[in-house]
Amino acid sequence: MTARWEHFVHGADVGVRGFGATRAEAFEQAALALTAAIAELGTVTPRESVAIECDAPDDELLLAEWLNALIYEMSTRRMLFSGFTVRLEGTHLAAEARGEALDVARHRPAVEAKGATYTALRVAREGDEWVAQTVVDV
Amino acid sequence: MDLELLKRRSDTEWEIAQHGAMRVPAVIYATEQLVREMDHKVYEQAVNVATLPGIVKASYAMPDAHWGYGFPIGGVAAFDPDQGGVVSAGGVGFDISCGVRCLHTGLARADIVAVQEDLAEMLYFRVPAGVGSTGAIHLNDAEMDAMLDGGAQWAVERGWGLHEDLERIEEHGRMKDARPQNVSQQAKKRQRDEMGTLGSGNHYLEVQEVTAVYDQAIADVFGLKPGDIVVMIHCGSRGLGHQIGTEYLKRMAIAASRYGIELPDRELACAPIRSEVGEDYLGAMRAAINCALANRQILTALVRRVFADILPQARLALLYDVSHNTCKIEEHRADGATRRLYVHRKGATRAFGPGHPDVPAPLRAAGQPVLIGGSMGTGSYVLAGTKASEALAFSSACHGAGRAMSRHEALRKWKGRKVVDDLAARGILVKSPSMRGIAEEAPGAYKDVAAVVDAADAAGLARKVARVEPLVCIKG
Repeated sequence: MTARWEHFVHGADVGVRGFGATRAEAFEQAALALTAAIAELGTVTPRESVAIECDAPDDELLLAEWLNALIYEMSTRRMLFSGFTVRLEGTHLAAEARGEALDVARHRPAVEAKGATYTALRVAREGDEWVAQTVVDV
Repeated sequence: MDLELLKRRSDTEWEIAQHGAMRVPAVIYATEQLVREMDHKVYEQAVNVATLPGIVKASYAMPDAHWGYGFPIGGVAAFDPDQGGVVSAGGVGFDISCGVRCLHTGLARADIVAVQEDLAEMLYFRVPAGVGSTGAIHLNDAEMDAMLDGGAQWAVERGWGLHEDLERIEEHGRMKDARPQNVSQQAKKRQRDEMGTLGSGNHYLEVQEVTAVYDQAIADVFGLKPGDIVVMIHCGSRGLGHQIGTEYLKRMAIAASRYGIELPDRELACAPIRSEVGEDYLGAMRAAINCALANRQILTALVRRVFADILPQARLALLYDVSHNTCKIEEHRADGATRRLYVHRKGATRAFGPGHPDVPAPLRAAGQPVLIGGSMGTGSYVLAGTKASEALAFSSACHGAGRAMSRHEALRKWKGRKVVDDLAARGILVKSPSMRGIAEEAPGAYKDVAAVVDAADAAGLARKVARVEPLVCIKG
């Protein structure tokens, strides 16, 4: 099964969904979907790396926590990310996000993400792949 | 939404009878057509809100209600702390105290048309808008706390505006009982460079013309007549509010079971008003309200400077400033008594009626101005609170048009450049750093704001006073 991401419809905002062979891969793909909701992924060069760690009581809250950590880093560093490596140990996440400084002229960002919500929040195994999804308020 | 699920109380009032775990009924105010078009999720979410502890009278949905987070957007619910009432981070939303303000200019259409392109360019140049934009103000720790405590009053004291502005802002421009110490360092860091920025998404700054007046007497009190030029600003508490919403959503989701609260949906995360988490959130949320009020005040000062340079005869006096994502303590009549309730309005506008002491004295006879933002191609509305609204929905009304389709669908349907050109052909100049953002916000992606406003008027939630249409729109 190939790792991939997609967006799904939520009235005013946007749903991000990642699929992967592992939970960690699904989390990485969900992060790609998050960036793609803001700008074209292909315009973001993964030249700089940021380390991220977070914890939560369960898988689903951990996904929201991971996406919110990325939103925080994007906002305070004024960066966009296009490459992710996620390592999960239980509900502890250690990750590397790779990207570059926001360049409005080149990236043409459409919206800023305010926060990952718990709406349609789901982390589950479906057949032989994992799905990780939630709605992001933009 | 399936009408079979509802009991029709009148042409504009629909009841979801109390069932299951609901503690009160839910009530939707809308025309039959708007109800039919409403997402079924509004039904589910209005029902879920009705199950929360301490809810008073009913869970309400406004005519523009749509699928939100836990609460529907366009949701109103009041909770009584004496009956175990709760406060919900999802019931306020991520963009705490997002709102609209409207300024008179004293100008007429001809004044704008003569300088329209220059005015649009200068507003776009001087008002930071869009993803990653930063303001000219960078707050240190002490000033950050002073801003979070002082709101628009802080901004005016620092030279961002006029003392008389404050009387035209809810809470006189300063939400009391804010607790800057309850706001995390992360939230403060997100805000450090974002004061005086417009943001992105559906936020905007518009120069508009009054094109219709529906209630002459109230329009006279508000100082609005056809042909007048006004400025409307729609934005909120920026990164600080978003971060507070995020952090307390998590804290409440984890704590809810500890307080014995069963959540039908995690997004409804809440805590008793009288609990450590509840009190911490209220203090932080009020600080975010002050951040939003300060932000709109600074933006106002930036706009005034642009007008002073290009149209020095203009005098930008504040008509009013409303917030539509809040939880506030208010006195309301319920079950034959006056009670102090915690009223959540998520995508809903407070709409105090004539004579209410919190309406500024010069406007009091007419009722509180209710500012309803439409899409950039259609128009916005000024309404006034009614006496009837108190009994209907704790003096609340709608807040905007609501989206008719997703961003994704809008992006497939429209090209940003074409939207800009089409609007320019109609005399509306749009400036934005993002053509994709314009496509996602295309006028056709929104519901008909007129239908929403007419429903609010027909239901008695607020009285329709005037319509305004954009001449210049700055989009983030």
